[in-house]
Amino acid sequence: MLSVRGLEVRYGRSVTALEEIDLDVGPDGVLAVLGGNGAGKSTLLRAVSGTLRLHGGAVAAGEIRFRDERIDRLDPAEIVRRGVVAVPEGRQVFARMTVEENLRAGGLGARSAAVRTAARARVAELFPVLAERATQRAGLLSGGEQQMLAIGRALMSGPDLLLLDEPSLGLAPQMVGRIARIVGEIHAQGTAVVLVEQNATMALEVADTAVVLEVGRVALAGPAAELAASDDVQRLYLGGHAESEEQAEAEAAFARQHRRTLSRWAG
Amino acid sequence: MNTFLQLVLNGLGKGAVYALLALGFVIIFKATEVVNFAHGSLVLIGGYLVYATKDALGWPGAAVLGIVSAAVAALLIERLLVRNARGADVNSLALLTIGVDVIVTEEVVRRLGNDIPFIGDPYDAAPIQFAGLTVFRTQLVALIVGAVLITAFFLVFRFSNWGVAMRAQAENKEAAALMGIRSSRVTATAWLLAGALAGVAVLFMATQDFSGAGLGRGTHAIALIAFPAAILGGLDSTAGAVVGGLVVGLTEALSAQYVSFEFSKSAVFLVMLVILVFRPSGLFGTRELSRV
Repeated sequence: MLSVRGLEVRYGRSVTALEEIDLDVGPDGVLAVLGGNGAGKSTLLRAVSGTLRLHGGAVAAGEIRFRDERIDRLDPAEIVRRGVVAVPEGRQVFARMTVEENLRAGGLGARSAAVRTAARARVAELFPVLAERATQRAGLLSGGEQQMLAIGRALMSGPDLLLLDEPSLGLAPQMVGRIARIVGEIHAQGTAVVLVEQNATMALEVADTAVVLEVGRVALAGPAAELAASDDVQRLYLGGHAESEEQAEAEAAFARQHRRTLSRWAG
Repeated sequence: MNTFLQLVLNGLGKGAVYALLALGFVIIFKATEVVNFAHGSLVLIGGYLVYATKDALGWPGAAVLGIVSAAVAALLIERLLVRNARGADVNSLALLTIGVDVIVTEEVVRRLGNDIPFIGDPYDAAPIQFAGLTVFRTQLVALIVGAVLITAFFLVFRFSNWGVAMRAQAENKEAAALMGIRSSRVTATAWLLAGALAGVAVLFMATQDFSGAGLGRGTHAIALIAFPAAILGGLDSTAGAVVGGLVVGLTEALSAQYVSFEFSKSAVFLVMLVILVFRPSGLFGTRELSRV
């Protein structure tokens, strides 16, 4: 459904944030995108959702197709109308507007009124708390509730592919579990998902395929279960448990060798 | 007491006109983050077309044409200049609008030549007497028209899809784009609307009652009074623009009577400064409100 080929993204003239990225998401797939700070995860989502330009970036090479149609030259509003909707990092709810108005804003990109009505029912079912808080200003919700609102708002246009940028960031562990269940449910209802996460444990549980980005390139790719079992991912992202002092030291040495460089771009 | 009531009514009438102008500034500022210094020239474009066509079309037809022209002129500034300079710093864009303002104002003044025509035919220079009060008809009509338009605007802003899209975009451009909101349409509508409001305002400004002066450089100067109105209300607050307009209208009317006519123009700016000392972002301007 989504296919990315040879994607290269630059910020300004000289900073290359992504290089030679290839990835695919099937119609009912959940793809986890893992990687540290500055690996290019958010840049990837910006490229797919068409918001690179707002950050001074541009697609320098390669292409992004959704249902066999190129979307890398469309503006964000058109991409939403094709059925690809992103939940940006840091939630970015409209803080001064009410919960109800946030959801309404989310529905403005729906292809038809029927889609919007169906989406509204789906959001009410997934997030009963949003109905309780309908008239409250979104800025006054808790972090977890804001994340639910951000996801609910994105679902209001009835997307076929949902892009989530670090939905677990800054949330209590219990809330992270809840968001993971919700992502699973959204997927079960037939929406494909791209889940960008630093919380690899959570992401690999929900996803069926995964890629690991390092400094703008795909370092590993494969079925989520396989990646979860791989030593590299265990060591770098899942905090593998050392069984002896020597092993711990060896792992520390490995981690030092594989330390990711801090990047200059906001990734 | 009667004088006071009279002043308040007339002041509110003037205030309604300033409110229409200030609301225009604020709408444009919210949509594009640009302070539109060309607002005064939109006023002149609308006024000039009323003057130029009212013999041929009759006053009502000319008034409609004036309003539409001011709206179209605003849209042209946005499409041809502001939009094409995308990526430019908003301060450069503000300077750009100053350039537009100078060109348009000089051209309109040149075309007017020695004329300084009054353009408020149906209501101008016919004061109403009731209950011992003398009220300028222009100010009264302005107050009613202002109240109707401002109420209509707030209903649209609060409840329509455009209003939701506009507020969403004003708050977070990226998130709004990610919701499928077409920023270019929202922005175009904002400029159109602001231009139309300027076109309505000038129908009351170049009158015997309002300023005692006809259309000309003076009208442009009056339009500039809407700046302090928008700023003291809070440049990003639509409600603030309306309150600011009324405060400015009242300040002008009361200080002209109780202090002196000459003082009334500076009084407006004094009030603005005093308000800004205590509330730096204006009466209703927003400081950052977020919970992370």
